[in-house]
Amino acid sequence: MARADTEVRVSLGDREGLLGTLMLAPAFLYIAALVGIPFFLAIALSLSSATIGDPHIHGFVGLANFAHAMHESAFPIALRNSIIVTCATLILTLVLATAESELLVRDFRGKWLWQILLILPWAMPVSLAAVDWLWLLDSEFSPLDWLLRQAHLLGPGTPWGPANHLYYYGREWLGLGAITMINVWRLLPLATIIVLAGRTAIPREIFEQAQVDGAGFFRVLFRITIPALLPLLVVAGMFTALLVFGDMTVVALTTRGGPGYATQLLPYWAYLKGIEGGALSEGAAVALFMFPVLLAGAVLALRMAYRADSN
Amino acid sequence: MATLELRGLKKYYGNTHAVDGIDAAIAEGEFLAILGPSGCGKSTTMRMIAGLEAPSAGEVLIGGKSVTHLPPRARNVSMVFQSYALYPHMSVLENIAFPLKARGVPRTERDAKIKWASAMLGIEPLLQRKPGRLSGGEKQKVALARSLVRDPALFIFDEPLSSLDAQVRTMARSELRLLHDRTGVTTVYVTHDQIEALGMGDRIAIMQHGRVRQLGTPQQLYDQPADTFVAGFLGSPPMNLLQRGGRIIGIRPEHLLPAPPGTTDDQSFELQVRIKRLEFLGTDWLIYGLLETGAQGQKVLSKVSPGIAATLQEGALQTFRVERMCLRFFDPATGSRVDDGPR
Repeated sequence: MARADTEVRVSLGDREGLLGTLMLAPAFLYIAALVGIPFFLAIALSLSSATIGDPHIHGFVGLANFAHAMHESAFPIALRNSIIVTCATLILTLVLATAESELLVRDFRGKWLWQILLILPWAMPVSLAAVDWLWLLDSEFSPLDWLLRQAHLLGPGTPWGPANHLYYYGREWLGLGAITMINVWRLLPLATIIVLAGRTAIPREIFEQAQVDGAGFFRVLFRITIPALLPLLVVAGMFTALLVFGDMTVVALTTRGGPGYATQLLPYWAYLKGIEGGALSEGAAVALFMFPVLLAGAVLALRMAYRADSN
Repeated sequence: MATLELRGLKKYYGNTHAVDGIDAAIAEGEFLAILGPSGCGKSTTMRMIAGLEAPSAGEVLIGGKSVTHLPPRARNVSMVFQSYALYPHMSVLENIAFPLKARGVPRTERDAKIKWASAMLGIEPLLQRKPGRLSGGEKQKVALARSLVRDPALFIFDEPLSSLDAQVRTMARSELRLLHDRTGVTTVYVTHDQIEALGMGDRIAIMQHGRVRQLGTPQQLYDQPADTFVAGFLGSPPMNLLQRGGRIIGIRPEHLLPAPPGTTDDQSFELQVRIKRLEFLGTDWLIYGLLETGAQGQKVLSKVSPGIAATLQEGALQTFRVERMCLRFFDPATGSRVDDGPR
């Protein structure tokens, strides 16, 4: 028999306040060091006259860097392209993620293969993916061009002829289309997993009830499934939009913003200006350009998701 | 409104026979309760009637026409799930309107129908609310209204009262039955609660292991159980089933009453019982006893009124008697009821 006054040692695990602080500390330090400091540094840079040659932050110039960037001819093009690519990727990704989650929520033969294929783009190293896409859309050796030629859509005397190649990375709309497609390809797995999590959480009885109530596939999809998925579609959409809008790898590996500025995007342009061009302060200004808009968008989306969820 | 007929209905999952051949005919406007323990196949049967599950064999006929291969929406069947399955993002009004919209009912008719259904269930004040802000009883009424608005050929209820509080359940039971009487829609009501089945059903189908053990009126099932399963399942507490002389004798606890000495005659059947425990149940007392005659040591239950219970003592040996006409006899090998035996 244990005596009633047996002493129990109070360990660190019992002190929730202290334990919580200790466990949060690494994450807090990490975010502060790798997100917080660079962010404020970027703001400071954007308001200064710093260059690669003289990176010290002195000489406060106010919003001059922003004004200067806005007056460059590349700015409206890059801004427009960034918005187009982001919106197109967003729409395509959400539509495909919804379709894919509808597929994967069902049981069918060979489902595991689909699941692996679905996750593959995500697991693929960026360098390997880049090689893939460079080859797939190569100006000389593109297999897509070959397929189109076999289908008599490309080449002399065909609807898209007379050239034998489409030169995906060399034309404005094909270039933007290619960037969008690669973005969709790379972000679809994440979006699908988010949406699928929401889809599996909807009780099966709701769908059975809708079937008995007389709803066909599309009525169920648009009146039941999508409204119920809305909070997660917002989250998936936000992830997608932020990842696309801030990304420069895809454009850097494919069109490099060309021809001219035709397929230029804001983040890559900021990189070119700030790092390649040496105008550190102007690059920072361009990179920060969309921050307020993105922040407002993110806050709005999260509030919407929260509201829809609490109902 | 329509008749419902099941012909040789079967559902196999691999080697499991969830439903193993059901034949039943339900008349127009009838209220059929399907009763059975969990895993007896009653839910699968119901899902096959609704079209949510495809039968492995057999046919479902609604209004005399085979609907076996039709999808749920082509069957004009209404269903209320155990969870009520209200659409969470729609208001009560939109929930009720959903089946009408799905069928393309014109707006004016739709509004009239919704008004009629919500008035009948008394949920007009709730129409603008979301399901998340309704109590269990309110949710049930909304689900009923939604299933009612479109004049279904058949109502299917899947344990619709089991998620209600005990206090509300009794009221809901009678309201549901009154609603059926007012609308006259043929109804299949699946439950594991015998009180619901006995109290609401015009007829009851008792299921076990994927088969219907007996189909009949509540009185038939209670008074003339077809086998020991039905006898042992219905009644609270269920029938005493005593081994005796190569037969099983069934005695309802309320028929097994203590007999003052010298009051027995050839119309009755006597048992010597050692009283183990007396249990107070409010309106009745339950007597737990062990048999001291015949098959010794068998447990028997008796249900008596408080006046009689007051004369009994725990540990005492007591003579109990049953009117011979209340005895039921079963074959120990098959479990089936045999002739009512010697009187």
